[in-house]
Amino acid sequence: MAKEKNKTNTRRDFIKKLGIVGAGTASVAAVYFDKDELLQKKKGEKVKALTTDKKIVEVDASDIVPVNEEVDTDKMQHRGRVGLVGKKFAMVIDLAKCKNARKCMHACQAAHQLKQEQHHINVLEMEDETNGATYFMPKPCMHCDKPQCVSVCPVGATFKRQDGLVLIDNERCIGCRFCIAACPYSARSFNWTDPKDAEKYKDVQYDVELNVPQKLGTVTKCAFSADKLREDKLPYCVSSCPNGVYYFGNSNEDFVTNGTTRETVRLSKLLKENFAYTLLEELGTKPNVFYLPPNRENK
Amino acid sequence: MRDETRISLSEAEIENDLLKNIHWSSKSKIWISFLFVALAVCLYFYATQLIYGLGVTGLHDYASWGIYISNFVFFVAVSLVGMLISSVLGLSGAKWIKPISRIAEIVAVSFAMVAGLVIITDMGRPDRFLSVFIHGRVQSPIVWDVAVVTTYVFVSLLLLYVPLIPDFDLCSKKLTGLPKIQANIYKVLSLGWAGTPEQFVRIKKLTRIIMVIIIPVALAIHTVTSWLFALTLRPGWDSSIFGPYFVAGAFVAGTAALIILVYFYRRHYKLENYITNAHFNYLGKILVLVTLVYLYFNLNEVLVPGFKPGTAAGTHIKELLIGHEATLYWLVQIVGLTIPFLLLLIPMFRKPLPITVLSMIIFIGAWFKRYLIVVPSQLEPYLPIQNVPESWNHYSPTTPEIAITIGSFLIVLIIISLLSKIIPLIPIWEMKEEMK
Repeated sequence: MAKEKNKTNTRRDFIKKLGIVGAGTASVAAVYFDKDELLQKKKGEKVKALTTDKKIVEVDASDIVPVNEEVDTDKMQHRGRVGLVGKKFAMVIDLAKCKNARKCMHACQAAHQLKQEQHHINVLEMEDETNGATYFMPKPCMHCDKPQCVSVCPVGATFKRQDGLVLIDNERCIGCRFCIAACPYSARSFNWTDPKDAEKYKDVQYDVELNVPQKLGTVTKCAFSADKLREDKLPYCVSSCPNGVYYFGNSNEDFVTNGTTRETVRLSKLLKENFAYTLLEELGTKPNVFYLPPNRENK
Repeated sequence: MRDETRISLSEAEIENDLLKNIHWSSKSKIWISFLFVALAVCLYFYATQLIYGLGVTGLHDYASWGIYISNFVFFVAVSLVGMLISSVLGLSGAKWIKPISRIAEIVAVSFAMVAGLVIITDMGRPDRFLSVFIHGRVQSPIVWDVAVVTTYVFVSLLLLYVPLIPDFDLCSKKLTGLPKIQANIYKVLSLGWAGTPEQFVRIKKLTRIIMVIIIPVALAIHTVTSWLFALTLRPGWDSSIFGPYFVAGAFVAGTAALIILVYFYRRHYKLENYITNAHFNYLGKILVLVTLVYLYFNLNEVLVPGFKPGTAAGTHIKELLIGHEATLYWLVQIVGLTIPFLLLLIPMFRKPLPITVLSMIIFIGAWFKRYLIVVPSQLEPYLPIQNVPESWNHYSPTTPEIAITIGSFLIVLIIISLLSKIIPLIPIWEMKEEMK
């Protein structure tokens, strides 16, 4: 590898894009040949490959190392608990823009196999105490930095990752519902009866980041679409919003991207200029979801 | 403190009187069979819950703890009476408790053991119960609760068992016509008791040690149970007096339960020579005291947040006093607590029958009090309840849920009935000492 160092950076970038390099990446590009065939290829021979953004490209055969990683439940559980190293996710919800389109709720329920009454994100109709006007407030899990739900869980089924996400592992959950009792945001839901389409998904491997398939007798909650974040994409709710309500990003980088316009802005600036607040701040839970007030033009 | 009505009895008479309950009459067999049949019906409902999930209950996301948890809190509460009577009064030298101390332990053991089962009925995944031990995380109050309740059951069993050793010896020697296996069990459990003076010294010493140990454990079980609520951020639960408030309430519920059981044992097994009207009088006075303490805590619990109506806790209190649950709240506070308290101040009402009736009212009131602590707080979350079925604004337990809860009481009754058929309900050796 040392002598390759002076080679162009573009190739390294390219390989990164292929997703072959990088610890335990699941989204390995589909390579258009099997392993045996690959090993027979000589240096200098070009092979076709598919990148993660679905482009067919050519690459030197010697640069491709076959990855035979089987992503089994254990591995998914492990990486799901570790999280994405070096990141810290944050969401900004612009209440002035929410028109109760509910695309976020539907996208979320579809992705997580939820029933109509189960909400990882719920658009609430709120009353503005100062002027009596109503506004709509999408309410996902706050992914608190001081999560009560995590503190009370007796078995570590719900946990806080280093990237800020609070997830639930329904392979571990014993269904005591202490987390539901402890969450001041009512962000959690329980599978009281057989989950939606339980029969259909019963053989599907459990993915803790997507939190499907849902399981009877366990708690389910918003995961900030951890599966999407692993692919470097925006959460389901964020990308489905037609009204530009959501910004999402890595607060370590201090940038967030609007899910509708794809405009990227500085997080600290956005929060400061728009009088951002967090829900029930007085409880000291330190949410990672920030709200921009609905009527800030008047401020 | 000996009661003047007590007559002096010979050792043979005492043995005869207090071993009488140990035999399988056909009446008792019918009663116990009835309990088991009734329990089978409840188990049928539990089976449906196991198959279809907690959806068979009236629970939902905004009342995710209902009567199972209320019942758990209640059972833990009742079991505390063992500590109050056997330990606190026993260690303080009150001799009158001797004939009822074992009955107090029976209440403690049966309710504490069944509390453990009740909590399992509330689990969404009872199949994963062992995870609490495998993956248990010490910062969770549930893990503390499991630890202290288990400890309490074991220490209470010891406190029941140790003073029974001389009586087991007596059973194995004096009782005839028992099934062979039962006779053998007595022999094994008597641990080769020889009745030497040193052995009596040792057994008294050991009993005292257990009595001391049980006090902090008993306080812990109910304090930790209160923390299941008090350590959350919910208005109505987030309260710093919940620990002592729960413990005070526990003594009320437990004393009432003890009085009821003492009444029925005494009547059924003709123990009037040992458990006299004076015992009911004393128990009545204790009940007055603990009820007064509990009313005091109730006042604090309501007045302090209620004085700040703008706060979330203040709103919760207002809802409790004049809102949706107001009828039940006032029934519990007035009929279930205040009126019995006032009546018990009058000596006439501390006679066996009236005090038992009042205890039953207190006992039922205490159960609903737990419901009022557990459920309403959840139905008033910080954020509005929206986009869910209308019924999620309320909570009403379903038939399976009620049946399963009744089942837990049936198991207690089975334990109480079975124990009364296999052990002397009053410590015979202590009675002999007393009546010498």
